[in-house]
Amino acid sequence: MKKTLLSAAIGAAVLGFASAASAATLDTVKSKGFVQCVVNTGLAGFAAPDASGNWSGFDVDYCKAVAAAIFNDATKTKYTPTTSQTRFTALQSGEGDVLFRNTTWTINRDTALGFNFRTVNYYDGQGFMVPKSLNVKSALELSGAAVCVQSGTTTELNLADFFKANKLEYKPVVYEKLPEVNQAYQEGRCDVYTTDQSGLYSLRLSLSNPDEHIILPEIISKEPLGPAVRQGDDQWFDIISWTHYALVQAEEFGITKANVDDIRKSSTNPDVRRFLGVEKDTKIGTDLGLTNDWAYNIIKAVGNYGEVFERNIGQNTPLKIQRGLNALWTKGGLQYAPPVR
Amino acid sequence: MTDHAAIAPSEARTLRSYIYDPKIRAIFFQILTLVIVVGVGWSIFDNTVANLARSGTASGYQFLKGRAGFDIGASLIDYSSDSTYGRAILVGFLNTILVAFFGIITATTIGFIIGIGRLSKNWLIAKLCTVYVEVFRNIPVLLIIFFWYKGVLSSLPQVRDSVKLPLGMVLNNRGLAFPRPVWGDAAWVIPIALLVAIVATFFVARWAKRRQMRTGKQFHTIWTAIGLIVGLPVLVFLAAGAPLTFDFPIAGRFNLSGGSVIAPEFVALYLALSFYTASFIAETIRAGIRAVAKGQSEAAAALGLQPSTTTRLVVVPQAMRVIIPPLTSQYLNLTKNSSLGIAVGFPELVATGGTTMNQTGQAIEVVSIWLAVYLSISITTSLFMNWFNSKMALVER
Repeated sequence: MKKTLLSAAIGAAVLGFASAASAATLDTVKSKGFVQCVVNTGLAGFAAPDASGNWSGFDVDYCKAVAAAIFNDATKTKYTPTTSQTRFTALQSGEGDVLFRNTTWTINRDTALGFNFRTVNYYDGQGFMVPKSLNVKSALELSGAAVCVQSGTTTELNLADFFKANKLEYKPVVYEKLPEVNQAYQEGRCDVYTTDQSGLYSLRLSLSNPDEHIILPEIISKEPLGPAVRQGDDQWFDIISWTHYALVQAEEFGITKANVDDIRKSSTNPDVRRFLGVEKDTKIGTDLGLTNDWAYNIIKAVGNYGEVFERNIGQNTPLKIQRGLNALWTKGGLQYAPPVR
Repeated sequence: MTDHAAIAPSEARTLRSYIYDPKIRAIFFQILTLVIVVGVGWSIFDNTVANLARSGTASGYQFLKGRAGFDIGASLIDYSSDSTYGRAILVGFLNTILVAFFGIITATTIGFIIGIGRLSKNWLIAKLCTVYVEVFRNIPVLLIIFFWYKGVLSSLPQVRDSVKLPLGMVLNNRGLAFPRPVWGDAAWVIPIALLVAIVATFFVARWAKRRQMRTGKQFHTIWTAIGLIVGLPVLVFLAAGAPLTFDFPIAGRFNLSGGSVIAPEFVALYLALSFYTASFIAETIRAGIRAVAKGQSEAAAALGLQPSTTTRLVVVPQAMRVIIPPLTSQYLNLTKNSSLGIAVGFPELVATGGTTMNQTGQAIEVVSIWLAVYLSISITTSLFMNWFNSKMALVER
């Protein structure tokens, strides 16, 4: 009891004065009038503020999609930028309603940390970036290298495991924030930069000489990135999950931001009509705690999954990331939505 | 009627007199304060218990025994990713102590020099010292840390253009590598010789002081001390057959291998904390010396003491009692500021604890460990300085 008392007293400082009553997240969100998303402090293509403080990116579009589903207004969002170390505490303590921060779904985070994961909005894997001048062709040649990595990530753990499993030596150079890792890599404090491959593509762009760095072919881990919510609120969990599924389903139906109005008016396909909330007596939206045109609102606001992907990180962006594993299941990828019925 | 009239005003008076009674008032406000403090404490406690239950996180300190799984760049003790979280936090703790220890020594040295320099009659020295104090005192310590770190990283050569220094040392932007001494089997006698020399010096000093008190004859303890403390271990070392070899740093494909390395993260943090805190210590020293009345040194001069002896025996002992209490605060500040090392990736307590917190989600437990550790370090420092203060305080008769 004494221990509980001590840790509880101290814990108050961490948890702050978050409301003790466990009101449903959806009701809280509706009453305050916006969705508070926990995002990255700045990762180009995923979540980054521009010069005037407007956030954009893949993760940010997901936040907007949730706002569109609830309020029919994608601007009703606020963002809590966090480092990899502070993100979980921010979500646990109620500083945000949902975590959209290129976060890897692991069993530890799903159980011991008290979060819920269900959807994977980006299938990623950890890779290595090195300067071309080192003439490294494979990660197995990296014995003795100094490796820059961000603390408190699965990346840091995979790195240790990879080098241990391959009986290679390395020197970790660990920073809390991404800009510091970038700076250190650029200054030559380390030979190798490791993080999720999507991150490496994004970070390479921010270097002063992107062409002088290569990303090694090895992928040393599975990094399924997806949104996380606090445990104990199934309705909110469903809304976040189905927002992702709606985006994927829309792409599968071929519904885009541009043609959604036409399709809603003219489609005779009952699947599509049910999805867009125009089929008679549908209860799909209201069962979620939303309105029946929730999916329509999402697509109207941000487009389908493919559009979100291409707009932020795809071939026409500086990141030039291939769909790869993130293509629809019908096109050889892993993105798949359960039936909306 | 008259009875009632007589009683009512007297009752009213007593009530009013209660309100205006300073003793009763004092008690009332103390009770009120206590109620507020307990109330706030209770609401914090209650809130936390409710929030913990709601967030569904496991609690307790068992996680400290789990495998950490992450590596740490700089460690004073054996550590690998197979070690426990507890050990990872211990590594951070030792790194904190390391930087605080060296930081305090350097800050005190620089602080003393600058503080005395500001009192110098030489215009240039006094002004330079003033500029130092004003610059470092008025810049946030985090910026000084960044300044040193970026300075170190960007001005030192890349690893492939390493600069070779004398004695097998190598300098690049990954740190200063130097040969690591590898002691042979017989080396254990050397620290014993050193210990013996220190004890012997102590007795010689006591004997010399007593003799001076008795006969007035001076004895140059300092030379004997140097001879003993340096000479004896060296003699023993040679007698044991010089059981020492060196492991030299050699350029590998990516990095230097072998030898020991002082990492730039440590250097940046150590220099920044030393320079920053030194500016405050300098002011403390100056205040302490100023606090000694001028009549004291005049009286000493009248007794025929030389200026250096006056400073050592008259001014400094009296200044110390003003200097030590605020000096303690500066030492505590330096130790606590070392937590800013996380900004440049120095693996001190907050950094390794933060990673542990992130991997395990045990925020409350890790924060409680941080609080307990910093509190213990601070209380220990403060107890030591209080003891030192009582030794240095003037004996009043």
